[in-house]
Amino acid sequence: MLLTRRAEFSASHRCYNPDLTEERNRDLYGEHAGSLGHGHNYIVEVTMEGDPDPVTGMVVDLKLLKDVLEKEVISVMDHRHLNHEVEPFSTTIPTTENVARDLWRRLKGPLTFENARLHSIRLFETEDLYVDYAGEEG
Amino acid sequence: MRLTRVYRFSASHRLHAPSLSEDDNQRLYGKCNNPYGHGHNYVLHVTVSGQTDPVTGRVVNPATLDRHVEERVLRVYDHRDINSDVLNFEGVPTTENLARDIARRLFNGWSQTVSVARLERVLIQETGRNKFELRINANN
Repeated sequence: MLLTRRAEFSASHRCYNPDLTEERNRDLYGEHAGSLGHGHNYIVEVTMEGDPDPVTGMVVDLKLLKDVLEKEVISVMDHRHLNHEVEPFSTTIPTTENVARDLWRRLKGPLTFENARLHSIRLFETEDLYVDYAGEEG
Repeated sequence: MRLTRVYRFSASHRLHAPSLSEDDNQRLYGKCNNPYGHGHNYVLHVTVSGQTDPVTGRVVNPATLDRHVEERVLRVYDHRDINSDVLNFEGVPTTENLARDIARRLFNGWSQTVSVARLERVLIQETGRNKFELRINANN
């Protein structure tokens, strides 16, 4: 059974690769390459997979899931500039894809239980752009 | 990694199967069979999948995908009548057939413009109360 919980954080970022020319950065990232960065209200949907516990009837305690999201994601990223304040984004470009992969890395361990585990992450950068990541290579 | 962009277009259509009688069409499609057609604000989700490019950090450049979808789909459908304005549409313009037609149009020129990322899914919301999802086989 799959269970999904949603959380939000607001953060700023800049997508810019210092190894490429200004023109190439503009071409790749458009307005996301602007020098001071800009912000989004990110929405993350965390999906857990598992069997409901026979005693509690729950795949995972939603309160526990909320607390893990608060500790591992919200307290780290909310109202922060990802490039300047959240690793690995001083050296990794904080595209939606890379942020989703980072969220997976942060949550995979804390969300591994005997009967349930992290299944996938959907990260909305805006309502018109989202990525899905389930731990695959690349 | 999968990346989805969401697009919107408005179009009209009439559901009418020419091989069926007027009565059967009315029974089958109800209001959707009314003679002059009607419109929807369609919401289109286009999902691509692939490896994240180590230089750009992206599966696909969203601007490149936007240009392709604009040229191949939105320009064809937005503020058009699907029954009469969209060339080579196969079958009754149900949302099922619309998803197939849009996937076909997206494949056209895909490898030249969107390059290595694979078209994985076309999802259409016809109204806020229904959605249709076409998952595209890896062999396409």
